[in-house]
Amino acid sequence: MRGFANNFLQWDAVAPYLSSLLAGFWTTIALAVTVLAGGLIGGVVLALLRTLQLRPLNLLIVLFADIFRALPPLMLLVVAYFGLPYLGLRFDGFVVATIVLGAVLAAFTEELLWAGLSTVSQGQYEAARSTGLTFLQMMGHVVLPQAFRLILPPLTSRVIATTKNTALASVVAVPELLSQANTAQGYTGNASPLTAASLGYVVILLPLVIFARRQERAGGRPA
Amino acid sequence: MNALGEPALLEEAMSTHAQPRPVLALHGIHKSFGATQVLRGVDLVVHEGEMVFLIGPSGSGKSTLLRCCNRLEEPTDGAVIVEGRNILRSGVNLNQLRQRIGMVFQSFNLYPHMTARQNVTLALCKVAGKSRAEADSIAIRMLGRVGLADRVDFYPRALSGGQQQRVAIARTLALEPRIVLFDEPTSALDPELVNGVLGVMRMLRDEGMTMVVVSHEMRFAREAADRVVFMADGMILEQGTPEAIFTTPNHPRLRDFLSSVSRA
Amino acid sequence: MNAFISTFFNMHVLGRVWPALLHGFVVTILLSVVIVPAGLAAGLLVALAQTTRSRALRWAMAAYVDLFRSWPPLVLLIYVYYGLPFFGVNTDAFWSVVLALTLNTSAYFAEVFRAGIEGVPPGQVQAARATGLSLAQTMGWIVLPQAVRNMLPDLLSNVLETIKLTSLASVVTLPELLRAARLAQGNTLNATPLIAAALLYLALLWPLVRLTSRLERRMLATA
Repeated sequence: MRGFANNFLQWDAVAPYLSSLLAGFWTTIALAVTVLAGGLIGGVVLALLRTLQLRPLNLLIVLFADIFRALPPLMLLVVAYFGLPYLGLRFDGFVVATIVLGAVLAAFTEELLWAGLSTVSQGQYEAARSTGLTFLQMMGHVVLPQAFRLILPPLTSRVIATTKNTALASVVAVPELLSQANTAQGYTGNASPLTAASLGYVVILLPLVIFARRQERAGGRPA
Repeated sequence: MNALGEPALLEEAMSTHAQPRPVLALHGIHKSFGATQVLRGVDLVVHEGEMVFLIGPSGSGKSTLLRCCNRLEEPTDGAVIVEGRNILRSGVNLNQLRQRIGMVFQSFNLYPHMTARQNVTLALCKVAGKSRAEADSIAIRMLGRVGLADRVDFYPRALSGGQQQRVAIARTLALEPRIVLFDEPTSALDPELVNGVLGVMRMLRDEGMTMVVVSHEMRFAREAADRVVFMADGMILEQGTPEAIFTTPNHPRLRDFLSSVSRA
Repeated sequence: MNAFISTFFNMHVLGRVWPALLHGFVVTILLSVVIVPAGLAAGLLVALAQTTRSRALRWAMAAYVDLFRSWPPLVLLIYVYYGLPFFGVNTDAFWSVVLALTLNTSAYFAEVFRAGIEGVPPGQVQAARATGLSLAQTMGWIVLPQAVRNMLPDLLSNVLETIKLTSLASVVTLPELLRAARLAQGNTLNATPLIAAALLYLALLWPLVRLTSRLERRMLATA
C-alpha cells in the first residue's frame, strides 16, 4: 500500500509537470468541444437529409451510421491516422481525431434523432405545415425540439462517451491530458501524473454524469 | 305559367340569383393509396359564407377529401381551385396559400412544448411575418374570441381536450383564412366538452366564415349547416339542405346511413 | 487504382498476417466473454445494493457508478495496469484489462438494472410479498423477469460498447485484434491488416448494431 502511495500519489512527481498537464487539460477540452459541435451538427444534418426520403442517399447514411457505430473508435482512429498516409494524406493528429470522433458522434446522433423524429406524431408535422410553415421552420420550431426532448437521455450518454473518447487521441500523438500524463510518467518513472490526469478527467466529466443522472430521474430510462 | 299561375320566369330568376363567389371548388378529384381507390371523382363547390357538412360512413373518403383541399393529401387526379387558382399546379407557393386555408384536426395537434399563446404566434411570426408585438396582440385577441383569454400562457397538458381544440381553432383563425376545414373536430372529446367547441364553430358561422366540416355531430349539422353532403365509397351520392337530407333522404345508402346513425 | 488495392487489400500480405489476426480476434472474443458476464454480475449487485434501505450504501453505490462513468476507460486501464503490481498482484495484461473494463461496464450495467428494476410497478412486489414470497424470490421470479424485457435494448447496446472497449487493450500491448493489426501493419508496411481487422470487427458487431437499433426504436415508440 505504501508502495502504491509512493508511486501514484506523489505530489513531487507531478509538480514539475503541472503546466504541461494543464496544457493537456485544455487541449482535451478544446478537442471535446470541437468534436461535440461537429458531431452533433453533423448528426442533425444527416437526420434531416434522411427525411428527404431519397433511396440512394438513405442507403449511404445508414451505411455510414452502421459502420461508425459498429467499429471501435480506437480502431477508426488508428486506421485513419496510420492508413491515410498510404494514400498520401498526412493530417495532424488533432484533425484526424476531430474528424473520426466527430463522425462517430454524428453516426450515433443521426440514429437517435431519426428514431426521435419518427416518434414525433404525424399530427405535429401536419399542423405545422397546415399553417404554412416551411420545411425548415417546421423542423426548427416544432419537430426538432420535441425529438430532442425525447432522445435527451441516450444523447447525453453519447456526449459523455464522446468526451471520454478524447483520451484515445493520445494514441495518435495529440498532446491532450492522457498523453501529457503518459509522457510525464515516462520521465519520472512515477505514475502520479496519471492520478492527476484521472482527477482532471473526472472534473470534466462529473458534471455531465450528474446531469445525466438528473435526466434519468425525470425520464425514467437510463442513458 | 306553372300550375300555380306563377310566371316561370320567377324560377329562372331565382336560379340565376347572384350566388356568393365560390371560395373552394373541387373538380374530378381522384385519390388512390396504392391499389385502393379512396376518392372516385368528386366535384364540390363551396361558396363564401357557407357551412358545408360532409357526412358518411367511415371509409367513405370524407377526411381524405378534406385533406386534399390544402394538399396534405395529393389527389391522383383532378383540380382544387382556391380563390380562382388551381393549387395543384407546380409553382404554387403552398406555404403562403396555407395561411388562407385553415385546418382544425381531430387530435388538435397543439405543439406540446409551447404555451397557447406561442402556439398561435408561431405561424404569425414565421409565415405572416408579423412582429413579436403584433403577433402577441393578435394571439391574445384570438384566444379571447374562443373564450380562453385567461389561459393564454398555459401549456397544452394543462388544458382540457375542449380547451385544446379551441386553442387550435384560434391558431388557425389568427392567420385570417378565407376558409376553415374541420376534420372531425369533436370526435376525440369527452361528451361534456363537445358543446364548447361547437359553440365556437357556431360563432364563426354567424360571423360569415366559410367552413367545411367532416363530423358525426348530426344534430349540429341539422341546426347549423347550410348544405349537407353525403359521401360513400369515394363519391358524393347526395347533397342538399339539412332539411332535404335529414327529413327526406333520397339515396338508399343515405337512408341506411341515417337509420344506423339514429340507432346508435 | 492498383496501388490502392495493393496497399489496402493485398491478398499476399493478408495470407502472411492472417494467423496473427485470427489469434488477436480470439483474444478479443475471450476478453468479451469474460468481461461481459463479470460486468453484468457486478452491475446487478450494485443495482440490488441500491434497493436497500441503507442510505449510506445507496450513496456509496451511486458514487461508484458516477466515478466509473466519469473515468475514461483508457485512463483507468493504464492506471490499473501500472497499479496492480503495487498491490502484490503480479498478473499479465489480460487480467488488468479484465479488471479495468469490468469496473467500467459494471457502472453502466448497474444503471440499466436500476432503471429496469424501478420500472416494474411496486404493486408487483406487494402482491408477491403478500403471497409469502421472500425478497430474493420476489426479485428472482417476479421483478427481474419483467425488468429484463424493458432493459433488453439498453443491455444489448452496453454489451456492444463493451466489446468495442476491448480494443483499448492494444494500448497496454495485449495481443488482441487491434494490436495484432497494428503490429502486422508495422511489420509489412502495408495497411491491409488494418482493413482486415476492421472487417473482422464489422462481422462481429454489425449484426449487434442492427439489432440494437431495432430494439431502441421500438422502445422509443412505446415510451
